[in-house]
Amino acid sequence: METILTVNHLTKKFGYLTAVNDLSFSIEKGNVYGILGPNGSGKSTTLGIILNVVNRTSGEFSWFDGNTSTHDALKKVGAIIERPNFYPYMDAIQNLRLVCKIKDVPETKIQEKLELVGLWDRRNSKFKTYSLGMKQRMAIASALLNDPEILILDEPTNGLDPQGIHQIREIIKKIASQGTTILLASHLLDEVEKVCSHVIILRKGENLYSGPVDSMLASHGFFELRCDDLDQLQSLLEKSASFGKIENFNGTLTAYLKEEMDAQSLNKMLFDQGIVLSHLVKRKESLEEQFLTLTKNQ
Amino acid sequence: MLRLLQIEFIKLWNNRASKVLIISYFVLLTSIALIAAIKFDIGPVQFHLADQGIFNFPYIWHFNTFVTALFKLFLAIVIVSMMSNEYSNKTIKQNLIDGLSKKEFILSKVLTVISFALISTVFVFVVSMILGLVYSDYNEVSIIFSDMEFLPAFFFKLVAFFSFCLFLGILVKRSAFALGFLILWTILEQVVFGLLGWKVMSWEAAKSVKRFFPLESMGNMIKEPFTRLSAVQNIGQQIGENMKFDYHVYWYEFLIVIVWTAVFIYLSYALLKKRDL
Repeated sequence: METILTVNHLTKKFGYLTAVNDLSFSIEKGNVYGILGPNGSGKSTTLGIILNVVNRTSGEFSWFDGNTSTHDALKKVGAIIERPNFYPYMDAIQNLRLVCKIKDVPETKIQEKLELVGLWDRRNSKFKTYSLGMKQRMAIASALLNDPEILILDEPTNGLDPQGIHQIREIIKKIASQGTTILLASHLLDEVEKVCSHVIILRKGENLYSGPVDSMLASHGFFELRCDDLDQLQSLLEKSASFGKIENFNGTLTAYLKEEMDAQSLNKMLFDQGIVLSHLVKRKESLEEQFLTLTKNQ
Repeated sequence: MLRLLQIEFIKLWNNRASKVLIISYFVLLTSIALIAAIKFDIGPVQFHLADQGIFNFPYIWHFNTFVTALFKLFLAIVIVSMMSNEYSNKTIKQNLIDGLSKKEFILSKVLTVISFALISTVFVFVVSMILGLVYSDYNEVSIIFSDMEFLPAFFFKLVAFFSFCLFLGILVKRSAFALGFLILWTILEQVVFGLLGWKVMSWEAAKSVKRFFPLESMGNMIKEPFTRLSAVQNIGQQIGENMKFDYHVYWYEFLIVIVWTAVFIYLSYALLKKRDL
C-alpha cells in the first residue's frame, strides 16, 4: 500500500508544556483517517508541524516517498486548519487565483471547485462579506484546487450552524467517495464515526491508539436480545462459552461476545433450545463508547 | 522568480489602499518636473527656478535623486503593511500550508522591494533625462553621463530602506506599530549619537560611528544638494562662509548600506523560520 505520510517520534514542546509527545503514525492512500482527542490534546499542533507552520522540537516526518521537500509535498496536499484565512479585500476568484499561483497549478479548476461547494454565484463578492459557513466552504474549494492526494481538515465544522455542519459533511462525504485520502481532526466523535475508516486517538499529546476503527477495542461486539422468558435466556447464555458479561436492562438482555459469532447462528441455536426471540440485534460499540473505554483505561 | 512576483502582485494590486499609494508615489516622482514651472514674475524681479541651474547636467542627477528619495515614505507604508497584513489576516499561515516555503515567502517580498526600487530608479532616470535635455545649459554627452553614481546610490538606498521596513513588518506584525517603530528608530539613532558624542567619545569619533547606523548610512549616500547650487554658493561667498562640502558617493558607503540590507533580509528570514505560526 502506498504511504502518504509517515510520522516518527514527533515531539513539540512549548516551553515546559509538551504539546505533542513522541507521536508516531502513518497514513495510507485511500483511507479516511480521524484524529480524535479532547481540546488541547495536540491535534492542531501535530497538523501544524506536518504542514510546515510549527517547528518541531524533535522527531521527524516525511511526505510521500520521503524524497520531496515539505513545501513541494504540500503542493499535492489540500489543507484547512482552524479558521479559513484569505485576503479579506479580494473576492473568491482573486483569492483562488492566488492559491493556484502558489500551488503552481493552472486556473482552470476554479469554477469546478466553487460550484462543488456552492459558491459560484458569490464568486465576485469580497471574502470579508462571507458568512462563516461560506468562508469554510471557500477554504474547502481552495484546498481542492490541485486535486490533492490528501485532504487535511482541522475541525471543519467548528462554529457552524446545523445547516452549515450538514453542508460541510455532505461535501466531505462526496470527496471521500471519490477516493481522496482524508485526514480529519475533530473532537466530535459522531462526525468522525460517520466518515472515517481509521482513527488516531490522542490524549495530552500521546498516541493512545492508531488503526482501523473496527479493531480499536479487542471486542467482538454484543447482542441485544428480547424474548418472553428472559430468565431462561439468560441462564442459557451464561452456560455458553461464547459470552462474557450479560446485562439485563429494561427487559432487554445485552450479551457481550467473547468470540466471533454471527446473529444467524445464535438465532438458530436459541430456536433449537426452544427460545423464540422477539428482538435480535448484533452491534459494535459506538466510537464514543470505545473512545471512553480507551481513555479510561489509561 | 516570475511566479513569486506574480503572487505578490496579485496581493498588492487588489488592495485598494496599496494601489492608491503606489500610484500616488509614481505620480509624485513624475511631478518633480513641476519644479520647472516655479516662476516668480514681480515687475523687475524675475525668478525662474529652472533657470537657476538645478536642471543642469550633471547636477540634476544629484538633485533629483535626493528630492525623490523623500517620497519613499509612501512605499514604506505599502511595504510595512504588505508584510504585517499577512500576519493580521493570518494569510502567511495559509500561504505556507498551500505550499510556499518560508524562503520563497521572504524572497517574494524581497523581489517586490527590489522591483519597487528598480522601477523608481528608472523613473527618476527618465524624468531627469527629459528635464535635463530641456533645461540644462550643458548638453555634451560626456557631461550628461557624468556623476551617474547617484542613480545606483538611489537604488541601493531604497532597497536598504525597504528591507528595513520589511524587517520591521515581520518583527512587529502590526503596520501602525511598525511605522511608529520606524520613527522611533530615527530618533534613537540621533539620541545614541548625542550620547556617544557627549559622554563616551569626541564628537569627531561619534560622527564616524554614526555613519554606520542603518538609517544614517542610507541618508549619507546622497547628501543634500542645495549648497551645491551656484546661487547658494554665491551667497555663501558673500557672507564669508566656506561651503566646500564633499558630495561624492564613496564605495564604503555602498558597502555599509549593502551590508545592512543583507542583515535585514537575513533577520527577517531567521525570524520567520524560528517562529511558530
